[in-house]
Amino acid sequence: MPAASDDLCIQPFGDSGVIAGLDTVDQARANRRCLAVAEALRRQAPAWLIDIVPGIASVAVRFVATTVNEAATRREACRALLAEAFDRLDAGAALPSPREVEIPVCHAPDLAPDLDEVARATGLSPDAVIAAHLASPHRVLMLGFSPGTPYLGGLDPRLALPRRASPRTRVEAGSVGIANGQCVIYPRATPGGWHLIGRTPLRLFDAGRAPPAVLQAGDRVRFVAIGADRFRQLACDP
Amino acid sequence: MALHVLRPGLLTTVQDLGRPGLQHIGVGPGGAMDQASHRLANALVGNPGDAATLEMALVGPELRFGSDALVALHGAPFSARLDGVPMPWARPVLVAAGARLQVGNATGGCYGYLAVAGGIDVPVVLQGRGTCLPGGFGGVAGAPLAAGSVVPLAADVADCSRARFARLTASRAAVDIGPASRSVRWFVPSFTLPGDGLPVIRALPGLHVPLLGDAVRAAFLGATWRVTPESNRMGLRLAGPALPVRPATEVVTEATWRGTVQVPPGGQPIALLADHQATGGYPKIAEVIAADTALLAQLPPGAGLRVVTVDLASADAALEEREGQVGRLVRRLAWEFGHERPPCTAST
Repeated sequence: MPAASDDLCIQPFGDSGVIAGLDTVDQARANRRCLAVAEALRRQAPAWLIDIVPGIASVAVRFVATTVNEAATRREACRALLAEAFDRLDAGAALPSPREVEIPVCHAPDLAPDLDEVARATGLSPDAVIAAHLASPHRVLMLGFSPGTPYLGGLDPRLALPRRASPRTRVEAGSVGIANGQCVIYPRATPGGWHLIGRTPLRLFDAGRAPPAVLQAGDRVRFVAIGADRFRQLACDP
Repeated sequence: MALHVLRPGLLTTVQDLGRPGLQHIGVGPGGAMDQASHRLANALVGNPGDAATLEMALVGPELRFGSDALVALHGAPFSARLDGVPMPWARPVLVAAGARLQVGNATGGCYGYLAVAGGIDVPVVLQGRGTCLPGGFGGVAGAPLAAGSVVPLAADVADCSRARFARLTASRAAVDIGPASRSVRWFVPSFTLPGDGLPVIRALPGLHVPLLGDAVRAAFLGATWRVTPESNRMGLRLAGPALPVRPATEVVTEATWRGTVQVPPGGQPIALLADHQATGGYPKIAEVIAADTALLAQLPPGAGLRVVTVDLASADAALEEREGQVGRLVRRLAWEFGHERPPCTAST
């Protein structure tokens, strides 16, 4: 059996970081392994290891150091921690079973401004676009971009589209967007270039809440369609 | 006890040393753009380095003091007047209640820090007091200061300020600043401001140099880049010769750091700073060394810069030197205030 670490590359990432990346065609499997490694490192991290950041197919760590000796020693320790964790959690290792989180989403026309355009581009009816999105086996690959923003893998391949030709200057909080074969939910109003096919009334990120983010990497996500009345009700009283 | 904001300035926010350790939930490091200057501003008023300060960018605010307060300005120098007389830079100043501080334009650099004895007393949110602009939380109402904002100070700021200033002037004379305020005869230098000549930023090669190719790398290192006005706390957008990036050169989304230099499809690099996105999908051409990210942050719009590559050993040595410079001054100031050990103790 070939070693599971064949496609693993560990290298310095700036002067205060180290990154381990998996180069593989099976991105979903690579992602699960990276999330398992990140979780394992979080449990055993020394105090000087201040950030453990899983990407789609990588784990980056950042350390603090104030002297040459500290920097060299800790950089090497990071490399060893990553190598050991990837070695232990190879592709066949049992991975933590994901939580399943329900996200209500409303497809009322004013909350889904790109639904018709996505239907035209994919050759599906608007209802079929919604059905395909609801039935997709979404999983949180990572949180990134801005506080609490989940990137979801598993989107029905029929809905794979590039980003919009011109990004919007304002996308409302809670908007559910698709592009690049993934789905994203915008926690705050920001500019954005994804196709908007619905909106959730949930507050995905609240700095005053513990934990602040509703979703965490690895979660399975099930979108549940709700009507405009239910949306308004939940938006007032989440 | 509070500071009352009469005019907010261009982008004045509460900042501290940031919120490390939260990038996996999408929260970037945040905190002061120039952490060395933030720490020195705090040290000048007897605060620990992680006390919250006001960070101002290019154009400072106008503030009225609700109580006596020991304050200090550090980082980029700004023109500043206290009740109409020049406010000294990089010195502790005991300001009288009711005084009006008018901070004007930066005269060099970009980010200045106003520290107050006892710190800016906004609530801790998600392990920090600083304003997280991308998340809209922390600081005062999660946003830049506005006219009419009230910036809370420690309840005992007046007593603690007078006591600390008395320590500083126990054996040395104070200097009057206008009719009601006082300062000292010494000051503390900056290490993070651009000097004369074209700033040279040191960087390690980025993760995607092999993907971008030698032509892109050579063009990046050979060019003089200019900081554009679209730059902000998220990062510096640089303008120069368009780097010959092949179309559709994207990478699998992964972490970014303060100092990461990304190349988007247009070929104009973005150097990420305090409020950077937690992750990115553009190829990384360089990683600015930790010792130089504050200098990078201090380059104002219109400034030119060049990037040179160094190796890890040089990066580590540069960081040790910077930490040594700042650490020695911080310890020396703590001793002046009567905390901790005297400055002759060898650093380890």
